[in-house]
Amino acid sequence: MSTLAIETDREGFLLHADQWTPELGAEIARENGIDELSDRHWLVINFMRDRYLATGSAPSIRSLGKESGVPIKELYRLFPKGPAKLAAKIGGIPKPKGCI
Amino acid sequence: MRKRLLILGGGTGGTLLANRLRHRLDEEQLQIEVVDRDDRHVYQPGLLFVPFGLADPGEIVRPRRGQLRRGIGFHQQEIDAVSLGEQRVQLADGSSLPYDVLVVASGARLLPQETEGMLGAGWNESVFTFYDLDGATKLREALDRFEGGRLVVDIVDMPIKCPVAPIEFAFLADWFLRERGVRDQTEITLATPLDGCFTKPIASKHLTYLLDEKGIEVEVEFSAGEVDGAHGRLVSYDDRELPFDLLVTVPLHGGAAYVERSQGLGDSLGFVPTDPHTLQAHTASDVFAIGDATDLPSSKAGSVTHFEGEVLAENIERFLVGRELVSRFDGHSNCFIETGFGKALLIDFNYDHEPVPGRFPTAAGPLPLLRESRLNHLGKLMFQWLYWHVLLPGREIPLIGPEMPTAGKKTPITA
Repeated sequence: MSTLAIETDREGFLLHADQWTPELGAEIARENGIDELSDRHWLVINFMRDRYLATGSAPSIRSLGKESGVPIKELYRLFPKGPAKLAAKIGGIPKPKGCI
Repeated sequence: MRKRLLILGGGTGGTLLANRLRHRLDEEQLQIEVVDRDDRHVYQPGLLFVPFGLADPGEIVRPRRGQLRRGIGFHQQEIDAVSLGEQRVQLADGSSLPYDVLVVASGARLLPQETEGMLGAGWNESVFTFYDLDGATKLREALDRFEGGRLVVDIVDMPIKCPVAPIEFAFLADWFLRERGVRDQTEITLATPLDGCFTKPIASKHLTYLLDEKGIEVEVEFSAGEVDGAHGRLVSYDDRELPFDLLVTVPLHGGAAYVERSQGLGDSLGFVPTDPHTLQAHTASDVFAIGDATDLPSSKAGSVTHFEGEVLAENIERFLVGRELVSRFDGHSNCFIETGFGKALLIDFNYDHEPVPGRFPTAAGPLPLLRESRLNHLGKLMFQWLYWHVLLPGREIPLIGPEMPTAGKKTPITA
């Protein structure tokens, strides 16, 4: 599939999670300053993606820290600034919503 | 045969639900029992006013028992855990209570211990929270002594009770310190993990404008990882630092401890996964949840709980006779936002519709939405009376039902 056909929202989150491939994830990561995705990155990305596909919503950074086994401090090293947001973007799922 | 409803928690949700159901069903049909570990019902919206001397701690607390209608049992007991399979609630004293229907109404719990250093040096000296009565009372003394410097108001992470309260705190601090003549020597910063002061874009824009007008800085996407009270530093997970002389923090929230201890009842934060429209728990058909205890994407706020109460009372009545539940709750939320100087804003929204400007219909006449007015401030003050005399007894507020009204709202034209 050509990347031209991939639809994203204004912030670059994929509109259709099923258009995602690991290669596309790696490309989004590079565009966002992560040149190489390590096993730890993939653990988080796959956790986020599986959770979204199973429940329809992406976990918050707190649940991510509690459930993925990757401590929050490390999440920030892996995905600088906003780990849940960036991991969701790379994993091709919508931006996690802050609950209000 | 008489059924037994057990309600865990005698706060806003547990009390108004018990009272509504006692009114609808007699004791021959349904036995209603409420369990709570203490007999102190705090009017939580009043906590915001305590630090500024606008409410006294004593006047916002009443006995829980006194808010329950006749014919409702009350057990003052610590809960150990819920055994879903056995339909039983284990209490800390070793006894247990059986149920036919269970409602989790235990609210949210503050978890300051989950942020590194928060309970360390400076706790209740330069680091405070106004989210409980003890903290709000101690903060009042600190604000009276405050002679200027850096005041930081920080939301550690979502979800929190009353998401507008930290913004209101910043507005009231601006007013209070101005009245005391030390505002010019004070920098006020609101730090939030969100990418704006509020998640709903239109309201966020209005509130950002007001914050700016009052000279309150906003630090967005700030995820606090450590409090260093000894050196007056708040440090984010991505190593940004906010220096402070006085830190007012909204600690992490989780569900009740017994929810976490109960196999299969809660999520990893201790909230109960709940159907957003029927309020039935996902885990078991005879379990329901109301208010702050749920995992719903609605505000953790008393108004939401009140609107949920009407739908939940109906659904429990239906469940008892085996009828289909109604999917009627729409996430309706209605909040006054104090902006200082005797004024307030009003916002009204639900799962699908964000707060917009316009007018909100009430029995006493329309109130302006998303606009500062004295009328809204009076509305907020009047709400305390409504809380004890209308909300908790489970009466209806005329014209304001669970479904969000659309009349009077200026709906934005979407591009």
